[in-house]
Amino acid sequence: MIEMFEYDFMWRALIAALLVGLAAPAVGTFIVQRRLALLGDGIGHVALTGVALGFLTGTAPVLTAVLVAVLGAVAIELVRARGRTTGDVALALLFYGGIAGGVLLIGLAPGGSNSTLTSYLFGSISSVTSQDVWVIAVLAAFVLGVVVIFGRELFVLCQDEEVAKVNGLPVRFLSLLIAVTAALTVVIAMRVVGLLLVSALMVVPVATSQQVTRGFVTTMLLAMVLGVVATVGGLTSAFYASVAPGAAIVLLALLGFVLALGVGKFVRRGRTQECSR
Amino acid sequence: MTRSAQATGVAPQQSPGAAPVAFAMAAGHVSLDGRPVLRGIDLRIEAGEVVAVLGANGSGKSTLIRALLGLTPLSSGSAELYGVPPGRFRDWWRIGYVPQRLSVGGGVPATVREVVGSGRVARQRRLRRTSAADVAAVARALDAVGLTGRAGDPVGWLSGGQQQRVLIARALAGEPDTFVMDEPTAGVDAESQRHLAATLATLVEQGKTVLLVAHELGPMAPLITRSVVLRDGRVLHDGAPPGGPGHHPDGAVHDGVPDAAGCHPHPGHEQARPHAYDVAGGPMSPGATQ
Repeated sequence: MIEMFEYDFMWRALIAALLVGLAAPAVGTFIVQRRLALLGDGIGHVALTGVALGFLTGTAPVLTAVLVAVLGAVAIELVRARGRTTGDVALALLFYGGIAGGVLLIGLAPGGSNSTLTSYLFGSISSVTSQDVWVIAVLAAFVLGVVVIFGRELFVLCQDEEVAKVNGLPVRFLSLLIAVTAALTVVIAMRVVGLLLVSALMVVPVATSQQVTRGFVTTMLLAMVLGVVATVGGLTSAFYASVAPGAAIVLLALLGFVLALGVGKFVRRGRTQECSR
Repeated sequence: MTRSAQATGVAPQQSPGAAPVAFAMAAGHVSLDGRPVLRGIDLRIEAGEVVAVLGANGSGKSTLIRALLGLTPLSSGSAELYGVPPGRFRDWWRIGYVPQRLSVGGGVPATVREVVGSGRVARQRRLRRTSAADVAAVARALDAVGLTGRAGDPVGWLSGGQQQRVLIARALAGEPDTFVMDEPTAGVDAESQRHLAATLATLVEQGKTVLLVAHELGPMAPLITRSVVLRDGRVLHDGAPPGGPGHHPDGAVHDGVPDAAGCHPHPGHEQARPHAYDVAGGPMSPGATQ
């Protein structure tokens, strides 16, 4: 067990995993409640274009990914708010555009090829630099700060947008805020689990948690605990079993979900479940 | 937005005979998907009135209150909330809005207390912890609708009628002086109907302004001071409530209103936002008592 602490890269990886495990499910709880579970996937695909843009222009891919992911998230939100195209079609359009843009741009970059993108698609937590850790830490602090400061308002927004409006909340600002926060979370998690699996960390711990909880806040807190268990546990087992960390993290999270399904059934048994039509 | 809790109990009291106008609409037109839903509504509701908006499905009654709140834009005409167009209205803490039903969203559970507590949001400042006044207001609201014992349960476990009471408690928790309720009695069981009527009676006693949309008034009928009957997006009747207190113990609203007022649903006039509960029209059938 001690062995992995002897490597500096594992320390960096563990810190990154811990931060991602905390931040992704916190935002995820609002995203799931808002019926935007696939938003993370959409942003993830768009971020790939940002990564390729970084290679093409010789800028740090994390920075260009942040920029493009935020723009993509704002675009998704604007399309959603207009309400003309349904949310899932808008997301689908971004999926295609993001991947195609990424592959096209990386081909234009000097020395770039699709394999350059692989580490971003599937994560490469062991290659996280100390600069990456700082960027992740700052972004995670921002994400958690948004949840703490605006959580009360975001709860109302995600519950019922019209009620939020009649409560005088800045609905447009809050909608953009949650979209941008989701975009930043995607970029944070990109190095840990990869763009294709980012959304799993935003959605799966929440889905697991809500099997056994009764309230919104407890769902979020338990999801954050589960997120950390998945990221740190997945990373540790990947180190000793020599498997891909991103995949190990997501599979561990999914395992938790399957277990919670069983526990949830047990918890719910004996409860009088009244269902309104 | 730093009002003390006490400031809210004060119903708008001005010199007699000059109650402020809570809601106003002049020549209000609304079209949804190119179809006219409201066609020239003129309406003034003064503070302290208890107004029921009645009418059949598709008569535009829900659209009317949504337009008054600024949730649905007017295609022409004007609307005002306490003298200000909804888009520039700032005193939202004054308004307690009760939507037609609890939105389940993506299925993340929320307890009854959390949902009711969220009604305080217009009175809370960012970064402020929940205050003793918040806790007390939520407790009073839960008590008023008889759900104190269910406060820790997820709202998803409650029946439709109980969920409706949660929505009303959420509005009560904000301690507004004006309540806007969209079909609070639709699909609600008898026990919840009684709770609603009792809560409404308390609000009326406190001099609050109430604007509610109803398909049937049931036990609330004696509390209504004025009814506005819509038909095909126009005001058909505006004045004394149908029946009136004590007249019609069964509380059926079609009494006293011409049958053409549209108390019976017109199947071809379903609104763009269909009311899931109303389509059968059962409660409005003569003799229905709830």
